[in-house]
Amino acid sequence: MIPQAFDYTAPKSLDEALGLLAKGAKPLAGGMSLIPMMKLRLAAPDHLVDLRRLKDLNYIREQGAAVHIGATATHYDVENSAVVRGKCPLLAETAAHIGDVQVRNMGTIGGSIAHNDPSADYPAALQALEAKVVLKGAKSERTVSVADFFVDTFTTALEPGEIIREVIVPVEDSGTGTSYQKVAQPASGFAIVGIAVRVRKSGGKIGMARIGVTGLANRSYRAAAAEKALEGKAGSATEIQNAASLVAERVDVNSDLHASADYRRHLAVVYAARALMAALARSA
Amino acid sequence: MNITTHINGKSYSHDVEPRLLLIHYLREVVGLTGPHIGCETSLCGACTVELNGKAVKSCTMFAVQADGANVVTIEGLASNGKLHAMQEAFWNEHGAQCGFCTPGMIMASKQIIDRNPNPTEEEIRHGLEGNICRCTGYQHIVNAVKAAAKAAGV
Amino acid sequence: MATTITKPETLVGKRIRRREDPRLITGTATYVDDIKMPGMHYATIVRSPHAAARIRSINTKKAAAHKGVIAVFTGKDTQKVGPVPCGASLPGLRVPHHHILAMDRVYFAGHPVAVVVATDRYVAADAADLIEVDWDVLPAVADPEKALAKGAPAVHPEWPDNVAFNYHQEGGNVEKAFSEADVVVKQRITSQRLIPTAMETRGVVADWRPADRQLNLYSSTQIPHLMRTLVAQMLGLEENRLRVVAPEVGGGFGSKLNVYAEEALMGFVAMKIQQPVKWIESRRENFLCTIHGRGHVDHYEVAAKRDGTILGIKLHIIQDLGAYHQLLTPAIPTLSVLMMPGLYKTQNVRADIVGVFTNCVPTDAYRGAGRPEATHGIERMVDVLAAELKMDPAEIRLKNFVTKEQFPFPTATGLTYDSGDYAAPLKKALDIVDYQNLRNEQAQARKQGKLMGIGMSTYGEICAFGPSPATPAGGWESATVKIDPTGKVTVMTGASPHGQGEETTFAQIAADELGVNIDDILVLHGDTAVVQYGIGTFGSRSTAVGGTAVYFALQDLKAKIKKFGAMLLGSDDVSFSGGQVICNKTGKSKSIQEIAAASYRAMKLPPNTEPGLISTHFWEPPNFTFPFGAHIVVTDVDRDTGAVAVRRYVAVDDCGNILNPLIVDGQIHGGVAQGLGQALWEQAVYDDNGQLVTGELMDYAVPKAHMMPRIESDHTTTPTSVNPLGVKGVGEAGTIGCSPAVVNSVVDALAPLGVKHLDMPMTPETIWKLIARSKS
Repeated sequence: MIPQAFDYTAPKSLDEALGLLAKGAKPLAGGMSLIPMMKLRLAAPDHLVDLRRLKDLNYIREQGAAVHIGATATHYDVENSAVVRGKCPLLAETAAHIGDVQVRNMGTIGGSIAHNDPSADYPAALQALEAKVVLKGAKSERTVSVADFFVDTFTTALEPGEIIREVIVPVEDSGTGTSYQKVAQPASGFAIVGIAVRVRKSGGKIGMARIGVTGLANRSYRAAAAEKALEGKAGSATEIQNAASLVAERVDVNSDLHASADYRRHLAVVYAARALMAALARSA
Repeated sequence: MNITTHINGKSYSHDVEPRLLLIHYLREVVGLTGPHIGCETSLCGACTVELNGKAVKSCTMFAVQADGANVVTIEGLASNGKLHAMQEAFWNEHGAQCGFCTPGMIMASKQIIDRNPNPTEEEIRHGLEGNICRCTGYQHIVNAVKAAAKAAGV
Repeated sequence: MATTITKPETLVGKRIRRREDPRLITGTATYVDDIKMPGMHYATIVRSPHAAARIRSINTKKAAAHKGVIAVFTGKDTQKVGPVPCGASLPGLRVPHHHILAMDRVYFAGHPVAVVVATDRYVAADAADLIEVDWDVLPAVADPEKALAKGAPAVHPEWPDNVAFNYHQEGGNVEKAFSEADVVVKQRITSQRLIPTAMETRGVVADWRPADRQLNLYSSTQIPHLMRTLVAQMLGLEENRLRVVAPEVGGGFGSKLNVYAEEALMGFVAMKIQQPVKWIESRRENFLCTIHGRGHVDHYEVAAKRDGTILGIKLHIIQDLGAYHQLLTPAIPTLSVLMMPGLYKTQNVRADIVGVFTNCVPTDAYRGAGRPEATHGIERMVDVLAAELKMDPAEIRLKNFVTKEQFPFPTATGLTYDSGDYAAPLKKALDIVDYQNLRNEQAQARKQGKLMGIGMSTYGEICAFGPSPATPAGGWESATVKIDPTGKVTVMTGASPHGQGEETTFAQIAADELGVNIDDILVLHGDTAVVQYGIGTFGSRSTAVGGTAVYFALQDLKAKIKKFGAMLLGSDDVSFSGGQVICNKTGKSKSIQEIAAASYRAMKLPPNTEPGLISTHFWEPPNFTFPFGAHIVVTDVDRDTGAVAVRRYVAVDDCGNILNPLIVDGQIHGGVAQGLGQALWEQAVYDDNGQLVTGELMDYAVPKAHMMPRIESDHTTTPTSVNPLGVKGVGEAGTIGCSPAVVNSVVDALAPLGVKHLDMPMTPETIWKLIARSKS
């Protein structure tokens, strides 16, 4: 449980960091995913660039109709930020489910989503929130939707030399109800299934429903069929059940020591219903 | 790489390999014995210390990341020979058996009441999710956190 | 000043905080990894990634050439070191030769193959990666039932049937009992492999002093003295040249009741390199290479009359031994046989054990060691029988208990239960939960389709190991009590506590017996250079056996104190109380301090009396003790997910007299946590290739704070006559009582669905499948 040797730089500026990354160095943020991998010698970067000290990556601010969260904002920051709690509460609620207190104190939103563990919590919420991720390289900057960002297990849209600069989350319209419901793997605390839901009613009918799913498949996703099934519905128990039953449709579901594919699929349906109920109860 | 840290109120400067984990820095270089290595996968929390006021797992952090930081370990909790209220509570409530998880458990417990002076039992139990104790079944630990919160409130 | 040491109140029985805690809560205790020595080197062990393989060759050249590496050793170098010892003997037991490093073949994933010694642990880890082993991978078998099947891979080629031993025991007339039965219930019951997971992994520091021919071995162990005897033999070193120190030990639960390859290996390395060497087990090594517990597949049959009277029990145990015998491996299931009648008076039992080799790390003693398996089995079977007869589980237990008039009670397995009132804790627990109302509530809940369960277990256990003839290494314990010339008291115990609080409870005993302030008493343990000899801490024995040794040493010392006091007071009519010898005629007194000073100054001695105040007592217990209790668990099962929520946990335990209720409660809570862990979450899983799938705490789920219910702990008190303290032992009670109560509760919750049994761990998925099946 000893990492292999590497060089370390704590750059003074984002440009310096990007310059090093362009030469093949790897970014280090909170280290909650990378350092365990390095200790197990499953990862052995030659050069680490510490992003955690860069002030211009560590912020949470409301800007226009969106909340901008710098890559090195910790889960604790997100969980407790008045801006996040007020403007996109689903993300704060989800952050509170990540790991444990110590992990939330160190772990960052950028590090977590860049790692893209298929059982991580954030992706469910970010999918439901239709968030965007700003990727920055030495000479470029681009913005991608999370739907495009989360590619596959431990794989994202990040190109070599690129880092996540920030995550952009739209400010929630008032009246939207949200909820994150999770079945935690008892040993690791990771999500066997995590369902993030946003619903908004207008005129007694569900006008908008977004369902983000993590833990179930090789990548997080939005359960589009289930969302569609809810639109225009009043949100009765039967309607919720019918929609929830679509949450894992046409999904290649993971199977492991902690849950078979069948059970995961079942849990996804149960928890989608629970998350929908909770979100509807919170909606105006 | 040369790093300077402030540990339990004292300043330390050392040349360290970048890969040196903070836990090994504290134990092997600085010579502390409080933070322990229990799991190495960031789950058990025996290595918990405070970094700039936040509880962190020092086995999942490089010493170079703590350059310039204020670190408080269990050894730094008592002041002027007087135990911290959480230490006293762990003693009174029998929160320690073999004692191996205890330093990390106390540091995590301190974080709970630093942030929430009057936690419920459920909040305490969730606040200790990052710390494993194999001896106590946690009940006396939970009692200790409650007692410390109560003592601090007096 | 006599007044400073008088102490009006007795301490035994008081809820006093522990005397070992100041160092633990300040982070200043010294565990093995806290030991540093000039010139100390670090060892990393290279282990087999395969469960079964031949070693064609090992290339250590690159590792040996790595900067900072001073030595690399393989099995060829260490082959003259004696085998890892097995202390248990059974007729016909097959004992594989257990080299400390593999020779030409490995038998489980994690099997040590080579050791790299370097200037620090980082360098050692780098160099270990440079060792190249040419493996010829062989088929493995990791499941004991599969290992018994025809054509299974042979773990040890010399024994193709994978059978290490067969064991048979019976009492009474089982065939007659079964032929007279109205009903016979049968059930296969498993007790899965568990990983003890002491929070401190194992670790060894070895320090060889060539000029003195002295090896100092610091090891995280429960048994420093036994280790000294056995490791000295392994290394061919005179026993008096080996000192073993168990410093602060961060939990054991049986996993450190052992002598492992690494202790001898580090001794070997230190003697070779002539420098101190440290090895600290990683958590992954701890999971792969430190013993596991349980590993039972049991087949039970219980014969009964229609009124619920149990007539006889048949038990067939398949014990997964793993690849080798560690210290007590084959003996553990025999304890299950001894305990198989539980608290019930049936005199007709028959048990067979087949001990099976598998390509897994050995099983051995883990909290409860054989008794949790037995208790789980009989307590499940009583519920199975109650369900069959449509009887209340409390009623059927009360009907079959050994009654309090029957003690001492000879069991069908050859034990003599010392004392008991088995109905008392059950009735108390039923009162606490308000049983009848709970059942009414359950009936209502069931009408609403809710799955609510009420389960109980009434356990008994064999504790205070034990009479020497029934214990592999001697079952006595020792104590020395000495009073210094200034009157301060030191207790040296052969028990080697590691969290159980004997630095406090033994000081309580001594304070009361001597009438001195507890602050004047120091309890030492865990160092063979300090403590006379001892057996160690395991089997809920430290207080009942070790504490009794302290008690008797104190009696000898008190007699001597009185003699000196009588001499100093010039009277034969004296009494001893409150730390003073008092002349009954004049009322004049001499304090312990004054007497201690006089005894060492030795200007004058009482007749036939040596100077000094020191006494050593080795106490041989005449019998085990048999604590008991009743646990009741209320659960709610989520019909949609199968998740179990423990609503209430009531534990009423009878461990005889209680020296310190705070410590006893802590033992119960911790024991219950491990029992609940087994019932709901924990399981060591090997795949078909013998790879440990649950190889880290990421995948092996020990209970965390938010997973534990609040335990309502209460007691009844039935002292034992086996020892003068009347204490029985409590270290394993919580674990033993817990798992059957939880399983019985969940089975009860699922009873409306036709569920009759569940194996552990009762994961939500297994329960969900049962629920789903009942719907279809």
